Amino acid sequence: MARTYEPIASQTLGSAVSSVTFSDIPQTYTDLVLVSIGRTSRTASADEALNFRFNSDSGSNYSLTNLIANGSSVISQRASNLTSAEWGRMNTSSSSNTTFSYATLNIFSYSNTSIYKTTLSETSANQENYGIARYASLWKSTSAVTSFTILPVLGPNFVTGSTFSLYGIKAA
Amino acid sequence: MATYELIETITLGSNAASVTFSDIPQTYTDLKIVISVRSTYASTSGILWLRFNGDSGVNYPFRRLEGSGSAVSSNAATAGQIGIGRTTGSTATANTFSNTEVYIPNYTGSTYKSVSSTAASENNAVAAQITATAGLWNNTSAITSLSVLDGESSNLVTNSSFSLYGIKKA
Repeated sequence: MARTYEPIASQTLGSAVSSVTFSDIPQTYTDLVLVSIGRTSRTASADEALNFRFNSDSGSNYSLTNLIANGSSVISQRASNLTSAEWGRMNTSSSSNTTFSYATLNIFSYSNTSIYKTTLSETSANQENYGIARYASLWKSTSAVTSFTILPVLGPNFVTGSTFSLYGIKAA
Repeated sequence: MATYELIETITLGSNAASVTFSDIPQTYTDLKIVISVRSTYASTSGILWLRFNGDSGVNYPFRRLEGSGSAVSSNAATAGQIGIGRTTGSTATANTFSNTEVYIPNYTGSTYKSVSSTAASENNAVAAQITATAGLWNNTSAITSLSVLDGESSNLVTNSSFSLYGIKKA
């Protein structure tokens, strides 16, 4: 059976870092999926935003729309011309000690040089302010995604033990 | 070896209140469950539950976001199981089954276990739901078994199916 969902790389943090980058992404897949399970060192709040940048582009080339619920209320937000795109929420050091939160980022047609790149992501960070979130984001570039960086907005760091796994998916 | 492997599929040959995957291999990084169900519950939809390792204690906090086609709502609870989605009930359009995908990262780890699910119960009628759930099992044990249960004390009907996948990181 042909392999269609392949592991590309995985990083489990042995020490705290302020960002995680996947470089030299193979251009042989159709889509990418990032799975993260982790926490940040922020102490001012029990959760915070996760952002991404493609190909180190910090220009105002990102936009997003989201849908977020916390167990009692629901909000939807959108923003354009951002220098990075929010794609999820993550528990912090103010969360329960053993609670890491889950977020996954789907990057569609990442190697297609004729289209802007869209992503769809989901977060499950139970017990926090933004427990359930779905994001649709756009990178206004036709460049193939060859690298991307994940960073906590306020951080300062992802804590030890946080894991980020990248998979490639091939269409038939 | 593929990294996204089918561990087991269970398709009900007769009605059952629950389905259990036991002796889950501890060799993957994450688990994913894909569910197609209908219930004998006498309503258009009911609740679908998830439990780990046979634990029915009040150890499962979860939050839910749900849209019905006309309204959105969010609620939270801590219970003896996680409500992962909806079943299609016996009064809903015939032959329609709800669908649920559940992702469980780091199921062998020593941290509390996160659960993320998305469910849809579209049935070409008045009532339908799309549901997203963030859940947690407050337990550091590795997940060695999991059960999907009808949350309305009814039965999941014949031809309901449950596929468990294991996913390995690089």
